[in-house]
Amino acid sequence: MYITPRPGGLGRNHVTESVNKRLDRRPDTVPDPPEAPLFTSVDDVSARLAETGYLASPAVATTVFLAGRLGKPLLVEGPAGVGKTELAKAVAQVAGARLVRLQCYEGVDESRALYEWNHAKQLLRISAGRDESWDETRTDIFSEEFLLPRPLLTAIRGDEPTVLLIDETDKADVEMEGLLLEVLSDFQITVPELGTVTATRRPFVVLTSNAGRELSEALRRRCLFLHIGFPEEELERRIVRLKVPGLGAALTESVVRVVGALRAMDLRKAPSVAETVDWAHTLLALGADTLDETVVRDSLGVILKHQDDIQKAAAKLDLDAL
Amino acid sequence: MTEVADRITGLVGALRAHGVRIGTGESVDAARAVEALGLTDRELLREGLAATLLHGPGQRAVFDPVFDLYFPRAVGGLEGSGPDRDALRDRLAEALAADDQAMMARLAAEAVDGMGGYGSSPGSDGFSAYQTLERLRPQTLLARVRADVRGRDGGGADFADRLLDDEIRRRIEAFRRMVGTEARRRVAERRGRDEIARRGVLPTADRVDFLFAGRDQLAELRRAVQPLARKLATRLAARRRRAARGTVDLRRTLRSSLSTGGVPMRPVLRRRRPVRPELVLLCDVSGSVSGFSDFTMLLVQALHDQFSKVRVFAFVNRLDEVTGLLGHGRADPDGLSARIRAEATLTGWHGSSDYGVALGEFAERYVDAVGPRTTVFVLGDARTNMSDPNLAAVREVARRARRVYWLNPEPRAQWGTGDSAAPAYADLAEMHECRTARQLGALIARLLPV
Repeated sequence: MYITPRPGGLGRNHVTESVNKRLDRRPDTVPDPPEAPLFTSVDDVSARLAETGYLASPAVATTVFLAGRLGKPLLVEGPAGVGKTELAKAVAQVAGARLVRLQCYEGVDESRALYEWNHAKQLLRISAGRDESWDETRTDIFSEEFLLPRPLLTAIRGDEPTVLLIDETDKADVEMEGLLLEVLSDFQITVPELGTVTATRRPFVVLTSNAGRELSEALRRRCLFLHIGFPEEELERRIVRLKVPGLGAALTESVVRVVGALRAMDLRKAPSVAETVDWAHTLLALGADTLDETVVRDSLGVILKHQDDIQKAAAKLDLDAL
Repeated sequence: MTEVADRITGLVGALRAHGVRIGTGESVDAARAVEALGLTDRELLREGLAATLLHGPGQRAVFDPVFDLYFPRAVGGLEGSGPDRDALRDRLAEALAADDQAMMARLAAEAVDGMGGYGSSPGSDGFSAYQTLERLRPQTLLARVRADVRGRDGGGADFADRLLDDEIRRRIEAFRRMVGTEARRRVAERRGRDEIARRGVLPTADRVDFLFAGRDQLAELRRAVQPLARKLATRLAARRRRAARGTVDLRRTLRSSLSTGGVPMRPVLRRRRPVRPELVLLCDVSGSVSGFSDFTMLLVQALHDQFSKVRVFAFVNRLDEVTGLLGHGRADPDGLSARIRAEATLTGWHGSSDYGVALGEFAERYVDAVGPRTTVFVLGDARTNMSDPNLAAVREVARRARRVYWLNPEPRAQWGTGDSAAPAYADLAEMHECRTARQLGALIARLLPV
């Protein structure tokens, strides 16, 4: 990290200079993307993600590879429960990076996302140095020591590899997106009293969104876009086999086929991968070895969460015929 | 590399023509993605370009066919393999039973090559997906494929087998799409890629004319109602916030300036009383414009929590209130128009629409629904079938209401042609052209009262 002084920033330029001297950084060079690329090829991405237990579709693997190569943030959209957050965790694990997570919610603001001044400590400092001149005190209390970093600043500071996960971006207010723009395009944060903090090592940024709100065009332009939909049958079978190894092959096959049929039915909430896995666990616990009407009828509540969906599916699957 | 650069800029140009907003920065990113991925694997290339160029999931439907044109799977036709229809059907049945995507793609190419060609002189010849599918008739293979799969697995007692028919139908649908892609590719080789990419690829559902939308597209639009409503609700909330900041209240500013010797140091802003507006919808649901009306009704219903009161009236040549039919939990979008027609009295002596009588009935029976807080939207093409437009009724409604807007799904150029009374109505109510879901979204965000 280095800090560039902010011109006219309350006349405290000498503060930032001293900070830079302490950290021994030159403020006039642009940071390079990480020296060694994160992944060597798309196949490398899939293979290494698979080792952590995340089975990636070709689309996911390609986009993750490109995000590493182009050094751009990755915006992941898709229905709930298809593994958007899991993807960020898996990438962090693969890259041996620390995971910094910013959970967005309505009303999340600068002091929760970027940084905050530690007022209590500043007061202590002021009362401790009674006989100092005001200028000395002032320069000191607006130094790094009194800065409380929040997730975005944490991710940008520090030299170890970092994966920054900004979860459920659509839940945050529109104003929050404005804050993110500077972070996502230049990987820097401006602190008015201190100057501009720039990343020396770019974090791998993943933003997730449930499309609850349309994100602004400006934010989308800065990101690679990835839509994770429901997986293909073959991939889903592999996922179920990996997560629920005890389930028989024939039953796995049937489970995936039924879920696929349910998704084609135009329900209020189509079952997601998480529900498929839950259902597989349930069937295992019930000790079922084949799917039949009673088993499906009794456990339909695990995959469908609305009463009218359950009725619709039951009618379509001929469960009432018995 | 210039060849590849041309391809990418061509692809970007075609996507822009379909309304996908792509900046130069994204084109450069796309080129860098191609450099990183190489040209060996076509599917990787597809995903890479989609990741760099697109911004939303809805754009994928346009991107895929355009990509297939600019980065085709193969070039030219096939050698050998005469157009033997029966042999082709046999092999197709086998591929469908095994769900063998690669084989299906190959068969699609063979089918278009053998059966899709028409015309003989250069310039008027081409390949037709429709003709190919008419001759091959893949949908008639269903029973055969089902028997095949059953025979292979033995028995057929498995529970999941009752889903088999739907699965096979989906595979056949996938094959039909492959044939379409292949035919477009072959035509593009004859006629020039850019032209086919702009005209031969279906636009996204929100840019389709309501009056010409097919069944599938209308179904897709209905699915888009909830997301669109959420988007509009945020926009309305933002407008409301801005409006609440309000204008300067001159009287109170002057009053408070007395304490500073008559110098207005601090302007006092006008405070708005939080009143939620009321909405009345008058929808023409006759055959010609019912797709448009259905969609708008569902959209307004999805926005109902933004208003204190929403009342919806439907008419063909008589008018009836249908607010109850749109109520929460009952809104099954697919059956909506059928239910409205079954449960409301919309027609009198004949079945064609009559604006004059219907609007007159509204002014007579339901005029109490309109007050000074009410905004009225009329949805329809204003085609009166040569009967009296009853301008007096519209004038009466406009006098009582806060605003009256008329949304017309016909292009502006056709207003006033034939039996259209659009210009006459446009004098009394602000009339807007509203041909696509995209236009409707923009209009609603602008016109809805806050």
